Amino acid sequence: MVTDPLEDIREALINGDQNGIVELTRNALQDGIEPMTIVNAALTVGMQSVGDRFSAGEFFLPELVAAGVTMQKAMSILEPELQARQEEVQRAGTVVIGTVKGDIHEIGKSLVATLLSCNGFKVYDVGVDVPTETFVAKAVETGADLLGLSALLTTTMTMQRQVIEALGKAGLRDRVKVMVGGAPVSGEWAKSIGADGYAEDAMAAVRLAKRLVQ
Amino acid sequence: MSLRIRVLEKETIDQIIDEALGVLQDPGVRIHNGEALELLAQAEAQVDREARVAKIPEKLVRWAFDQAPSDFDLYTLTGEPACHYGGDAVQFDPGSAALTILDSESAQQRPPVTSDFVTFVKLVEMLPQLDAQSTAMVCSDVPEEIGDLYRLYLALNYMSKPIVTGAFGKDTWWIMKEMLEVAVGGSAKLTSKPVAIFDVCPSPPLLWSDLTCQNLIDCARTGIPSELVSMPLAGATAPVTLAGAVVQHTAESMSGVLISQLAQEGAPIVWGGSPAAFDMREGTTPMGDVGTWLIDCAYVEVGKALGMPTHTYLGMSDAKVVDAQCGLESAGGTIMAALAGVNMITGAGMLDFESCQSLEKLVIDAEIIGMTKRLIAGVEIREQPIALSLMRAMGHRGEYLGHPHTMQWFRKELYFPSQILDRGSLGSWKSKGGKTAFERARDEVRSLVGKYEPSGLDPEVRDELRRITGSAANKYGMEKLPALPHE
Repeated sequence: MVTDPLEDIREALINGDQNGIVELTRNALQDGIEPMTIVNAALTVGMQSVGDRFSAGEFFLPELVAAGVTMQKAMSILEPELQARQEEVQRAGTVVIGTVKGDIHEIGKSLVATLLSCNGFKVYDVGVDVPTETFVAKAVETGADLLGLSALLTTTMTMQRQVIEALGKAGLRDRVKVMVGGAPVSGEWAKSIGADGYAEDAMAAVRLAKRLVQ
Repeated sequence: MSLRIRVLEKETIDQIIDEALGVLQDPGVRIHNGEALELLAQAEAQVDREARVAKIPEKLVRWAFDQAPSDFDLYTLTGEPACHYGGDAVQFDPGSAALTILDSESAQQRPPVTSDFVTFVKLVEMLPQLDAQSTAMVCSDVPEEIGDLYRLYLALNYMSKPIVTGAFGKDTWWIMKEMLEVAVGGSAKLTSKPVAIFDVCPSPPLLWSDLTCQNLIDCARTGIPSELVSMPLAGATAPVTLAGAVVQHTAESMSGVLISQLAQEGAPIVWGGSPAAFDMREGTTPMGDVGTWLIDCAYVEVGKALGMPTHTYLGMSDAKVVDAQCGLESAGGTIMAALAGVNMITGAGMLDFESCQSLEKLVIDAEIIGMTKRLIAGVEIREQPIALSLMRAMGHRGEYLGHPHTMQWFRKELYFPSQILDRGSLGSWKSKGGKTAFERARDEVRSLVGKYEPSGLDPEVRDELRRITGSAANKYGMEKLPALPHE
C-alpha cells in the first residue's frame, strides 16, 4: 500500500506519536519533500484538526499537549533545514510567558504556552516565580509582541501590575501587549492594572492573543 | 478490582431463607388464580381452594430453584445480546409506567401523550449509560384499557435496545406478545432471543392477584422472561424491621419462582422487587429512603445466594421537581444498587415516588449511572511497577499532561462527564448563560433527541404493529390511533 508521507506525519501529530513523527519527518525530507511543505501541509493542518477535535469535546487536554510536544519534535528536525534554505515559518506572533514572582503555579501557564505554540506563536516560556526584570529582559531579547503573566494567588497578582509598570519604564509598553490570567484574576482587574486583556481559560487565551497581535 | 458491598452476614441470609420457607408453610400464600392453585395442588402443596391459600412444603421450593436458570440474556431488536441477567452484571433501565411527565418548559407535572413517550424512547436510545428501554409512561391520549400495549407499540417503533415492560390485563398480555413476535419475526425467535421481560408483581403481604399470576404463568409457558416485583412496605404491609421486610420479600418471591417453574420448568425468571420503608410521618412509600436502599441490597443478596438473576427499583427520587433532593436520592440509590451487583436497576428519570417521568432527570441520571459504572470498576493496577519507574524518569517535573503514559491511560482511568456537570471556571459558566443543571439537562435532551436516527424497522412490520394496536383501540371505542410524530 502506498501511503502519503504528509498524511502519515499529520496522523502521527494527531495521535501524539512523539517517536514516530521524528522518523516520518526524516523520511519525508529524504524523499525530497520541502520542509516548508511539511510545516504547512502536515503540521499546521494536523494542529488545526487537533484543535477542532478539542473544541468538539472529542479530544482532551492530554491530546492537545501531546500534539504540541509532537509538533516541537518535528520542528526540531525541520528548523535547521529551513535555516539552510533561508526560509522562516510565518509566525502569528512572539510571546514571552511565565508565572510572576512569588508564585510557583505552573499548569495553567504551561497549558496556555502549549496552545499558543500549537496556534503558530513563537513561545518563550520563562517558567514560574519569574522576577519582574526577567520578563522585561526576555521581551527585549526576543522582540516579543506579547507578554503573558500568570498569577494564581491573590497575594501575587499585584506583581502583574509591577511587570506592566516596569515595561513602561523600559519604554516597551507601546510595542508589547500584555495579557493576564489565573484564578483570582478578572477582566476588571486586568483593566485596573492597565493590561491589554484577560482570558478565562487556555482556549480563550489563544483567541485573545490572536486579537492582540492583529 | 471491582467494588461490591455486603449488607448481610451469611448466617443472616440462611436464617432469612429458613424463615421465608417457614412462612410459605404457614400461613402460606393467598392466590386469586385457579390455574396456579391447581398447579400447586398437583405438586402436592396443601391447597385450600375456598380460602385460596396454598401452604407450600420446603422441598417443592427447593425443587423450583433447581429448575430456574441462573442466567439468561436479553437481545436487541436485531438479535444482538444486550443485557445479561445473572452473576454480578450491573445494568440500568428507566423507571416504568409513570402517570405524569414533568413538562420541560413549565416544570409542572401533566399527563403524558404519544409524542412525549416517543421523545422519551428516542432519548433512551441515545443514552449509552442506559442498557434497556422500559415502557416508562402511560399515555393519556388512548383508552386506559390499551395503556399497557400502546406503550409497547410506540417503543417498538423507535427502539433497538431490549425493553422491560408489563401488562395491565390478562388479555392485553397476549396482544403484547403478538406485537413482540411481529417485531422480532416469530415466536421461536422471541423465545430463543427475547427482547422483552415482563414485570409481575405479587401484592403484599403474600398475595397473588389473578392478573399478575396469570401473566407469570403465561410468560413461563411461552418462554418470555419475567421479573418478580415483590414490594413489602416495611412497617405498613410488612414487618418494620428491614430484615423482616426481606423475609416477606423472600417468601413472596419464592412463591413466584415456584409458580413459574410449575408452569414451565426452566422458565427464565428474575428475583426483583420494589420494596420501601414506609414513611411514618406522611404515610407514603419513599423510594429514595435509606431504609429502602438497605432492604433492596439485602434481598438482592438473598437472591444471589439462591442462584437467581436480580433486579431492583432504585435510583428514583420522591422529589416533585428536579432539585437537590432529587439528585441526592437518585445518586444514593443508584450507587447502592450498583455496589450490590444488581443485574437490572430500574428507576432512571423517575420522580415523585414512582409516578412522574422527566426527560431532564433522565439525562442527569444517565450521568449518575455513568459515574457509578466507573465507580464499581474500582481501582485497577494498569502496569508494573505502578509508578516508580515513571516517577523516577520524571523527577520533579510536573509535565504529566502530554506524557505518553497519560495518553496511554487517561481515557481508561478517568470518567468524562457530559455538559450536565459544570466543571468550568465561574467566568466560563457565566459566559454560557449561568445555567442550572436542570437547564443544561434541557439543552442536552434537545441535542440528543435531535441526533436520533430512525430505527431500521421494516415498514411492513410497522404496519402490522399499527394494525394490531389499532384493532385493540377499536375494541375500546377509539376509531383511529394518534398519529406518530413525524421523524
